[in-house]
Amino acid sequence: MESLSNRKKVLEQKPMSFGEKIYLPSIAKGLAITFKHIFKKRETIFYPEELRPMSENWRGLHSLKRDENGKERCTACGLCALACPAEAITMEAAERKKGEENLYREEKYAAVYEINMLRCIFCGLCEEACPKEAIYLDGPFLEADYLRKDFIFGKDKLVEEPLKP
Amino acid sequence: MELTFVIEKVVLVSVIFLITLGIAAYSTLAERKIAGYIQGRVGPHRAGPFGVFQPLADGGKMFFKEEIIPSQSNPFLFIAAPCLALLTASIGSAVIPWGQDVTIGDRVIQLQVANINVGILYIFGVVSLGVYGIMIAGWSSNNKYSLMGSVRAASQNISYEIAMGLSLIALLMVTQTLSLREIAEQQNGFWQNGWFSWNFFCQPIGFLIFLVCSFAECNRTPFDLPESENELVAGYHTEYSGFKLGAFLFSEYINMFVSSAVMSTLYFGGYNFPFMNDLGLSANIIAVLGVLFLFAKIFFFIFFFMWIRWTVPRFRYDQLMNLGWKVLIPLSIANIVVTGIWITVKDLL
Amino acid sequence: MNLFYFVAFLSIFFSLLVIFSKNPVYSVLYLIVTFFTFSIHYILLNAQFLAIVNFIVYMGAILVLFLYVLMLLNLNKESEPMKSNLLKVVGVIAGLCLLLTVAGSLKLLHASDPVLLKNPDIGLVRNLGKVLFKEFLLPFEVSSILLLSAMVGAVLLAKKDITKV
Ligand code: SF4
Ligand code: SF4
Repeated sequence: MESLSNRKKVLEQKPMSFGEKIYLPSIAKGLAITFKHIFKKRETIFYPEELRPMSENWRGLHSLKRDENGKERCTACGLCALACPAEAITMEAAERKKGEENLYREEKYAAVYEINMLRCIFCGLCEEACPKEAIYLDGPFLEADYLRKDFIFGKDKLVEEPLKP
Repeated sequence: MELTFVIEKVVLVSVIFLITLGIAAYSTLAERKIAGYIQGRVGPHRAGPFGVFQPLADGGKMFFKEEIIPSQSNPFLFIAAPCLALLTASIGSAVIPWGQDVTIGDRVIQLQVANINVGILYIFGVVSLGVYGIMIAGWSSNNKYSLMGSVRAASQNISYEIAMGLSLIALLMVTQTLSLREIAEQQNGFWQNGWFSWNFFCQPIGFLIFLVCSFAECNRTPFDLPESENELVAGYHTEYSGFKLGAFLFSEYINMFVSSAVMSTLYFGGYNFPFMNDLGLSANIIAVLGVLFLFAKIFFFIFFFMWIRWTVPRFRYDQLMNLGWKVLIPLSIANIVVTGIWITVKDLL
Repeated sequence: MNLFYFVAFLSIFFSLLVIFSKNPVYSVLYLIVTFFTFSIHYILLNAQFLAIVNFIVYMGAILVLFLYVLMLLNLNKESEPMKSNLLKVVGVIAGLCLLLTVAGSLKLLHASDPVLLKNPDIGLVRNLGKVLFKEFLLPFEVSSILLLSAMVGAVLLAKKDITKV
């Protein structure tokens, strides 16, 4: 058939020459290449001690943010749970009592906030959905563990450290 | 037999056995390191500095793993096979001359366990027995992959044994002796009577054939068809676990060590090194240096085994058989004929 | 002498096991051990070359092939065809005939008289080679031709299509 693009390359299958048939020269060539590789730079990154540089929009483990006064930003509106395609987020809301103003920014807050990290696909939709800029996926990798229940992260693991005075 | 003689031999045997085990253990580390370096990685490096304790860790792991004996297998043979593999691998080193005689006081100590006058044939016999461990393992585990692996091992070993034997015959025509010690002594120094004294330089083709065949006999890549992991799961040791699996892997490395030693002795002068007679050293120092040189050669060959493994991909089965029967055997016969002609012409001149 | 009797006992013991074991693979394994004891006999006779050749050729090659075939066939009680009684009778008669022939020929040769080797070193490689290639050169070469013809025959038998040869 006529080639339309004219980019077709016809490869000719020539019978192998004697040098190719005895196979030793090509083995020697291969050996030389692998020997050169012994002295090349290693690509290994020693993981726990050394971290690969991450990109700007890397999505790792979630963290629930605090505002500039150290109050939790989340108001338990549930938009993140709604947005989550993997149904990974659950929460229970509670009303802020008197005297807790320095803990929670809004009058309603999340008493319980759980993300099932085995369900989460790290899509970042919760981050986009949040009206309060309360959740960000800026953590490190998810580490391995032995029990399924340990992958359900509660507020103890999610909420940021309180601000240092 | 005097007592000192017995003590001497017992010490020699245990030292050689320990060295063999040590080298085999550290070959596993070396293999992984070299694989890593060739592929741009670093290899094991966590256990101790540069991973020097990795073989110990591996051994410990093998030791503590669960030993599974398949219910449909043949328990006695299933256990006997790895023992046989280890045994046949380690008895080969008995006839290798490790160095020149050492004189302590007025005792002359031979650095060789048994100086039998059919040394080469002994090595050859031990090599040909090596396949039994694999075959029995494959059959007794009652698994189709294992059986395929052992069938491949059997046919591969037998095919390559022929070429190996023929290449040895050409060597024997040159050396005129079957004793490894005499062969090693003939290659004294490096340069004799206007030509290199090492057999490699009179028998390059023979060495090449021997090298290829010893790769095949050790079941090393590119001839590792008995355990080719992407066709046969793990070949003959599919059903093995724990220490029995360790025994198989270990015997492969011991085989590699022994065949490296044989190759260095037969073709690369054994414990001889260049200028050994011109430096004016005493006999004992030469002997010790000779042992070191022999080990240097052995390490080079072990490195070469690994280097090839991470360079050349595995042969297909028909290619393996073609290479064995249609290339190596005719080539080695031609080598014998050429050697014969050469010897006659040399005698005539 | 004691060593001889011990090894001889072992040879006979294992060769009996070859016959009496039900599983053919076991038979071959016992045969290997039997051949090993034969090698020891040769060594006791100071015939190193024969010992090692027996080792290489019989134990290392021929029995490997035996084992190979038997493993592939995987014979056992169920798959083995029942042998008719006639076959058994014929087998016994043939065996007895062989025994008679061997015994008769040994008697003719007076081989049962205690053999005294004139030259105890005849089994060493150098001497054996000299004898083979000087005194018995013709029979040696003729037997090699015999082997060659057997090999050609085997190849012919293995060919599927004989007309094409
Ligand atoms: S990252 Fe995606 S999957 Fe994970 S919790 Fe947020 S919305 Fe759900
Ligand atoms: S994290 Fe944001 S979206 Fe989710 S409940 Fe809290 S405030 Fe609402």
